[in-house]
Amino acid sequence: MTQPQTLFEKVWNRHLVRPQTADTPAVLYIDLHLVHEVTSPQAFTELRQRGLRVRRPDQTIATMDHSTPTTPRGLDGLIPVTDAQAAAQISQLERNCDEFGIPLYRLGSENQGIVHIVGPEQGLTQPGMTIVCGDSHTSTHGAFGALAFGIGTSEVAHVLATQCLLQSKPKTMAVRIDGRLHPGVTAKDIILAIIAKIGVGGGTGYVFEYMGEAIRALSMEERMTICNMSIEGGARAGMIAPDDTTFEYVAGRPRAPKGAAWERAVEQWRRLPTDEGATFDAEIRLDASALTPMITYGTNPGMGMPITSAIPNPGDFSDPSQRAALDKALNYMGLQPGQPLLGRPVDVVFLGSCTNSRISDLRVAANLMEGRKVAPNVRMMVVPGSQQVKRQAEAEGLDQIFRAAGAEWREAGCSMCIAMNGDQLQPGQYAVSTSNRNFEGRQGKGGRTFLASPLTAAATAINGVISDARELAS
Amino acid sequence: MEPITTFSGTCVALPIENIDTDQIIPARFLKATDKQGMGDNLFADWRYAANGQPNPDFPLNRPEAKGAQILVGGHNFGCGSSREHAPWALQGFGFRAVISTYFADIFRNNALKVGLLPIMVDPETHYQLVSMVEEDPTTPVTIDLEAQQVRLPDGQAISFPIDPFAKYCLVNGVDQLGFLQSQEAEIAAFEQQYGARINTGARG
Ligand code: SF4
Repeated sequence: MTQPQTLFEKVWNRHLVRPQTADTPAVLYIDLHLVHEVTSPQAFTELRQRGLRVRRPDQTIATMDHSTPTTPRGLDGLIPVTDAQAAAQISQLERNCDEFGIPLYRLGSENQGIVHIVGPEQGLTQPGMTIVCGDSHTSTHGAFGALAFGIGTSEVAHVLATQCLLQSKPKTMAVRIDGRLHPGVTAKDIILAIIAKIGVGGGTGYVFEYMGEAIRALSMEERMTICNMSIEGGARAGMIAPDDTTFEYVAGRPRAPKGAAWERAVEQWRRLPTDEGATFDAEIRLDASALTPMITYGTNPGMGMPITSAIPNPGDFSDPSQRAALDKALNYMGLQPGQPLLGRPVDVVFLGSCTNSRISDLRVAANLMEGRKVAPNVRMMVVPGSQQVKRQAEAEGLDQIFRAAGAEWREAGCSMCIAMNGDQLQPGQYAVSTSNRNFEGRQGKGGRTFLASPLTAAATAINGVISDARELAS
Repeated sequence: MEPITTFSGTCVALPIENIDTDQIIPARFLKATDKQGMGDNLFADWRYAANGQPNPDFPLNRPEAKGAQILVGGHNFGCGSSREHAPWALQGFGFRAVISTYFADIFRNNALKVGLLPIMVDPETHYQLVSMVEEDPTTPVTIDLEAQQVRLPDGQAISFPIDPFAKYCLVNGVDQLGFLQSQEAEIAAFEQQYGARINTGARG
């Protein structure tokens, strides 16, 4: 009998072109390489300089999302790109994909969207795969039981040229979430609670495997929200064992296997879950039934708390560097220790990003907002994660609910999650955002971000102040 | 890549914990399609005031920071995004090494790829280095990659760990992409037995 293995080990071992030795890292084969306009141009330049081709264009896919505007289309049906640098980056990606034969979801075309939304949507993301992208939120795809992680531009060139990466084997951490969530508490709250518990460096060097009753009960879209933010806990990748929920989600998607190939694939995927008796290098536990909606108050995703709590006092920390960090964060945020966040006015509500811009996120928010209005002091932006999510939402009339409430209904993209596309906070503004990073200036220079769930975002938009959606149930 | 063995220089201390890549280089500077000029935008939102003038209190703007080659950052340096623009910007400013208690995984990886040394020391040594730099920013520090040592003028030598393969590549100027290409036969053999898992729709 072979040693019991974890999900991670099974996927890792299956992709070893060469195992790790004392002197050399493993050569790991990559099934799927996702490319976007911001982290790829210098990699293609490298290929040109060396006279190399893309080894597997058929395992590579490109989309445009980060620097693309989300402003509504003009009369010509096109999305106007007014920023010259962004326009140059977009046309550079078009040229690169043409020259190297890589399929591209062009700006505004039917499959375009945030790279981590389109992979799963197209059925490109499948259990057991290795998936990389020049983007740290590649961890999202781990929700399918894939080993998926972000890489830098040098490595993007490595994968383009060889379909392989040099990798040292990471450690594994079991993240067990037992119990059941209470109504009004969501997947976003689970992951914000995990990060608040372990801190933004707590997962450094590890691949997470999320498990337990609460994880099993989640939909694929909710699982993606959790895996998406693994990197915010310092883990490069987060995985969830595939099960019937996974297979149902993948089945029938454009790039998923069909017919007999599908049957064979599912049979293999069923062998992926961690074997009984397999060991992890570390383990943490959380009780889902003890969780409440979470919100961040500081300038990294680890500075989070239950929405009903008060901002902690730097004086409560014994470690001087933690104290200094909290001081600095509260100073940037313009907040005082001991204050509650509930009831605090905000200027902007952003519903979007690869964390929370899938159809179920939009449904949850629309459900709460139906027949209600966005408060007059608030600008609310709703940015679907992909053109497909946008079409689906429009078919369900969700766009009408948002518009009638006074929210902006935008084109698909990263938008205000990263503020490099024209969508951004003004200095000093406060936002409740469903995205994943509240770093200083992340949503625009001088902007201040509170990370929370789509439910909290919708409730806040209606009330104009930070609100607990449980008190506003429809 | 140029081989890296030993170099000496002064340090700048920025002992803030969890310095994320959005601080190292804000996203609005990622619209470039090359690597030029990244150093000018290093720590842009901390370094420049709203009117675009350098903020005189920021450590990188102090006169003694000129020509510094080593940055001493706080715990968990480089967390956040995968942007390689972060090490490019640090190098663009003139840094050749960053010292911290630990680094975010992707940042460390990226830094090693481009020849910016991520040097990990224990919290006590870190504290000592920060105090030393704050007391006398002109203190010359030597980094010896081969010996894996940070050497101080008082004779103290601090050992640091580094991935052996990354070290081999840096010391010998070995190009990692070239190394991967040299594995072609094994990659082809792997693909042969593996069979394609996906087709993204590329024209054949
Ligand atoms: S939505 Fe935000 S976090 Fe996600 S890929 Fe885009 S910029 Fe990155």
